[in-house]
Amino acid sequence: MKQRRFTQPATIWLLWTALLSVLALTVVANLFVKVQAWFGLDGTFAFNAWYGFSSCIGMIVFAKLLGRLLHRKDTYYERD
Amino acid sequence: MNGISAVPPGLPLILGGLLLPLLASRLRAVVTLSLPVLVLALVWQVPDAVTLKVSFLDYVLEPVRGDRLSRLFGTIFAIMAFAGGLFALNRARSVELVAAFVYAGGAIGVIFAGDLITLFVFWEVIALASTVVVWSVMTDRAYHASMRYLMIHLLGGVVLMAGVIGHVAETGSVVFTAMTLDTPAHWLILAGFLVNAGAPPLSAWLPDAYPEASASGMVFLSAFTTKTAVYVLLRGFPGAEILVFIGLYMIFYGIVYALLENDMRRILAYSIVNQVGFMVCGIGIGTEMSLNGSAAHAFAHIIYKALLIMSAGSVLYMTGKRKCTDLGGLFRSMPLTTICCIVGALSISAFPLTSGFISKSMISQAAADDHLAVIWFLLAAGSAGVFLHAGVKFPWFVFFQKDSGMRPPDPPLNMRLAMVFFAVLCIVIGVWPDPLYAILPFPVDYVPYKGAHVVEMLQLLLASGVAFFLMLPRMQRTLTITLDWDWFYRRLAPRMVGKMMVHATSVDASLRRTVLRRIDTMIETLFRYHGPQGILARTWATGSMVLWVVILLGIYLVAYFY
Repeated sequence: MKQRRFTQPATIWLLWTALLSVLALTVVANLFVKVQAWFGLDGTFAFNAWYGFSSCIGMIVFAKLLGRLLHRKDTYYERD
Repeated sequence: MNGISAVPPGLPLILGGLLLPLLASRLRAVVTLSLPVLVLALVWQVPDAVTLKVSFLDYVLEPVRGDRLSRLFGTIFAIMAFAGGLFALNRARSVELVAAFVYAGGAIGVIFAGDLITLFVFWEVIALASTVVVWSVMTDRAYHASMRYLMIHLLGGVVLMAGVIGHVAETGSVVFTAMTLDTPAHWLILAGFLVNAGAPPLSAWLPDAYPEASASGMVFLSAFTTKTAVYVLLRGFPGAEILVFIGLYMIFYGIVYALLENDMRRILAYSIVNQVGFMVCGIGIGTEMSLNGSAAHAFAHIIYKALLIMSAGSVLYMTGKRKCTDLGGLFRSMPLTTICCIVGALSISAFPLTSGFISKSMISQAAADDHLAVIWFLLAAGSAGVFLHAGVKFPWFVFFQKDSGMRPPDPPLNMRLAMVFFAVLCIVIGVWPDPLYAILPFPVDYVPYKGAHVVEMLQLLLASGVAFFLMLPRMQRTLTITLDWDWFYRRLAPRMVGKMMVHATSVDASLRRTVLRRIDTMIETLFRYHGPQGILARTWATGSMVLWVVILLGIYLVAYFY
């Protein structure tokens, strides 16, 4: 019974909170560590957070669009 | 000959592997685990020199040539053969284990080949033995996949052979050394190498064939072919600029296709292409830092990718299922497999304190050092994408998401031990990278654990985790595949040949009809004039002959007077 709690809404809410809190902590940590910027843009505040997030959203959206074009049933190549 | 150091390190695996079916099961287990240890010892006996030379035709072959790079790859290949043997111990069909050991021995043969002829021979050993690993599952699917796999690799072998012949004709030397892309022969050699690396446009052979192997077969397959290709690219074409672009394509190809995939083992196969992309890109950058990074990443990758494939293999072995749509919730009954999978997933994502962190960041650092801005930004996006498809998606859909209702236990002891061994290695290398850095090809002047770098990496990965869960409703798996370049030779070409055959048959029939009619007409004509009743074959009366002679003579006489 204890393990089933993992999939309950309350647990999922807790996991979301934990994930966002740790992310927020790393963003706060940016204020205290010396970030070396190589190309200018990578020196902007919380660069890795916003760049990582937006590039992932971009890749997922691109994959979905490509999927519309190239998705087939998984029996597509099977012989008759 | 230099005694023990002249023994080709891959030889015990090939010869010992061939003997395995003759041994009783208990002895076979002992030999399976001992051979890789023997190979590891032999690898470290080889000094920085050519220790074996053999005359062949007009050439001097160098089957054993050692240096730091070959010892690095020899070491990880031996470790991989050990862990793969351990994972396969309880179930590998004899044919599969024999083929896997010959395959591993062939790969180590390439690593220590000092000349292009020896390299080519072992290259083909790899192609054939790995085909048998896929084929040994003995299903229709595996048979067809193995034949497609073999075709592509024989094609790659032919291209490589043409390049080698051209190179030898131009230079007169068979020594395998760094080359520049200044002749068609060198382009052919590069193309032959890239086929095995899973580079475009033939990347599809990898997700097509590997997932059809058995649970243990894919563990072996994930390590040797592509990483042998990385090794020969490192030695043959360091700094070839085109490799940067090929590598970047492979990185994003792997991510996008893995995101669209439903089959957990195909997700991991696409992920191999993605990871080899990082290595190929590093080779293209071509600085000491990037080459070290690619070599270290190959070393780390073999371990964590084998670990991920072992965890997927354990799930397949215990449930018989491999589609994300059929799986889920397995963390309840397979806790050890889940933990090992998470360690592998964190490693492949380059999470701090795991092996991927200390290797992949060297490649990004090399791009930054060389002021390659676009490449650096793309590598950062690629790193986030790795976490997306392999770090979160794979474990999430297999071990968490919905409850599939299945409650399989963790796999047998030997499989668990193999996973724990590699999970521990992932963490040990991540926490204590110095021993790995000490055996890299060039001296290492890099400190991975700087506060800023750790914070940046955590930020990148956590942000991509947030993106994944935010987009999760749009990423639910469906029973689909995604078309790839292999559509051209699996669908288009057979259809075109089929249509061509239909047209060719009708053209052929009408041609035959026309020709036969002409022949009939000719025979009829001949028969009319030369047949028994024909005018030219009849027997003529003597009187009419004399008459004709008189007429001819008369005409002649008249012509003479006028």
